[in-house]
Amino acid sequence: MSERVLTVEAMQVDLPLAAGTLHAVQGVSFHVDRGETLCIVGESGCGKTLTALAVMDLLPSAARRTAARLELNGQDLAGLGERAIADIRGNRMAMIFQEPMTSLNPAYTIGNQLEEALLRHRPVSRKQARERALYLLDRVGIPSAAGRLKQYPHQLSGGLRQRVMIAMALMCGPSLILADEPTTALDVTIQAQILHLLAELQREFAMGLVLITHDLGIVARIATRVAVMYAGQVVEMGTAQAIFSAPSHPYTRGLLDCIPVPGKTRRGEKLGTIPGMVPSLIGLMHGCRFAGRCPYVVEACRQSEVPLAPGQAPDHLVRCIRHAELGGLAAHAARAVAS
Amino acid sequence: MSRPASANAAEAAPIVEARAVTRTFRVSAGLLKGKRTLRAVDGVDLSVRPGEVVALVGESGCGKTTLARMLLGLLAPTSGEIRIGGKGSVAQSRRQIATLVQPVFQDPYSSLNPRKSIGSIIALPLRAQRHPEPATWRSRVEDMMERVGLARRLYDNYPSQLSGGQRQRVAIARALINQPRLVICDEPTSALDVSVQSQILNLLEDLRRDMGLTYLLISHNLAVVEHLATRVAVMYLGRIVEEAETDALFRSPRHPYSQALLQSVLTPEPGRGVPDTQLGAAYPDPLAVPSGCRFHPRCVRVMPRCRSQVPQPLALPGAMVECHLYDAQCQARSTA
Repeated sequence: MSERVLTVEAMQVDLPLAAGTLHAVQGVSFHVDRGETLCIVGESGCGKTLTALAVMDLLPSAARRTAARLELNGQDLAGLGERAIADIRGNRMAMIFQEPMTSLNPAYTIGNQLEEALLRHRPVSRKQARERALYLLDRVGIPSAAGRLKQYPHQLSGGLRQRVMIAMALMCGPSLILADEPTTALDVTIQAQILHLLAELQREFAMGLVLITHDLGIVARIATRVAVMYAGQVVEMGTAQAIFSAPSHPYTRGLLDCIPVPGKTRRGEKLGTIPGMVPSLIGLMHGCRFAGRCPYVVEACRQSEVPLAPGQAPDHLVRCIRHAELGGLAAHAARAVAS
Repeated sequence: MSRPASANAAEAAPIVEARAVTRTFRVSAGLLKGKRTLRAVDGVDLSVRPGEVVALVGESGCGKTTLARMLLGLLAPTSGEIRIGGKGSVAQSRRQIATLVQPVFQDPYSSLNPRKSIGSIIALPLRAQRHPEPATWRSRVEDMMERVGLARRLYDNYPSQLSGGQRQRVAIARALINQPRLVICDEPTSALDVSVQSQILNLLEDLRRDMGLTYLLISHNLAVVEHLATRVAVMYLGRIVEEAETDALFRSPRHPYSQALLQSVLTPEPGRGVPDTQLGAAYPDPLAVPSGCRFHPRCVRVMPRCRSQVPQPLALPGAMVECHLYDAQCQARSTA
């Protein structure tokens, strides 16, 4: 059996607002094994970023997190104090953000920040830390790494900065990396390079990787397993193969129908759309969150909470009461899938 | 899908045209270092004819937006000529140009004045053009709102009350209210969510068909480009290095840079992994353009002459490529 790195069970994130409590994350459960990439995909406001921040214990101070289980390598994180979690963060689990400039300190050199990441957690000398930094800068494909150690973040391009962030995340040899839209701010060519590198490093160091993105192309290419989030809930979860070849939740299908695919969709052809808007997450909710936009909605969808239940494929979960009968309609969604 | 307009596009006079256009900027090279010249656009030829959807693709900093700003008449070329509606851009007033060419920008959050109502934002071009019959403005604006899928009741609302997709519809309505011939769309959907993006792409395609519009589309999303464009121009560090019909370019890109760009498109096909573009980590510096072929430091097929000789453009039927790999064809042509 593979080694479990992260276990999240029934995690909840609430944000108290003037208008009421915003239920940003509503009972999200997932796990990540060593050497596995879990992609959390969804549109803005679905709770995917807050889910990652909640795992890292980096939520805004007003937010409240609860979880039935939150474990890293079998160790409980939920009950840990601030100091204990700070010892784990950047050490056994590290996060990579969308905009590296916000997480790099402009006043310190690259070398200084990389070394600090290791010195904070390990009893090593600065010389040893520098050696590790050099090794990793080289490993993440930064040309003339030794010279870069003396540079400041603003002297690097966006792609190089993101490589530095990856190197920094790796300094302590973490077992889990959370990457939140790590390539969204980058050009397509650089995006492909960074993802290629992440996938390679994840295999080489046998880490668990949680990658958060809105881009289904990235998900298909990098994920072992996929969690699709909508309005604070996971609505479908399964292997990348299952999600893309037989998407079962109407929202997942809707998303796949929305994107043009070179060679698959015809020029100027109408793309699928998802009418309506995401429901407000403030206050009490009941029934399926997607009911207001779903083409297959029936009265029962609105009446009670819909559980995340086993779907067609093994290890496949769907939050839809009609997924079994809708399975026959999957053909129309198979468009975006490899032929 | 057949595109009758593009079939005879080759004969029709271009709506906008760039002829050997160069635009330079003086930029600070750093503290105490004085100014250096940045060639944002470096000798570009491009024309957009009625009925076409021409896409301009390339990495950030390659000059796409500078070229677009010149084609909008917002920026004068340093050398070369921009022709809009058959006349030089410098000789025309902004207002004249605006009747022919209109922009739709990337970020609908910053491109709409937050203190103006939706109706007043969409009517702005009518006011700017001193359109006769102000009495008809309101109904014209409301008709246009309906056309782009905005409820008429939003007329008196403000941008902050709208979603990103609705704001982009406002930007499109504003661009179209004076019936321009060409709309320059600069990353029209990249700030939007996937489900909203498809609505805007459908709208752009419907409007193009119904109103006989022509688009210049600037996008880094090649799936979007393939979906909308009839012709693609690939820019690299200020030059167009390849131009071709969309189908031909996506089927068999000629320039190694175009090949790398297309390889980087991550289609939703599981099991195929992330491609290795082999472009190297060095990002081009527009202030220090490499010698010879400007792409040579990142090119997987680099040859000795690429480092010293500037490649000449090779004109092919309906296409152009600028790369030493095609030198033999280039020579065959010049001797023939």
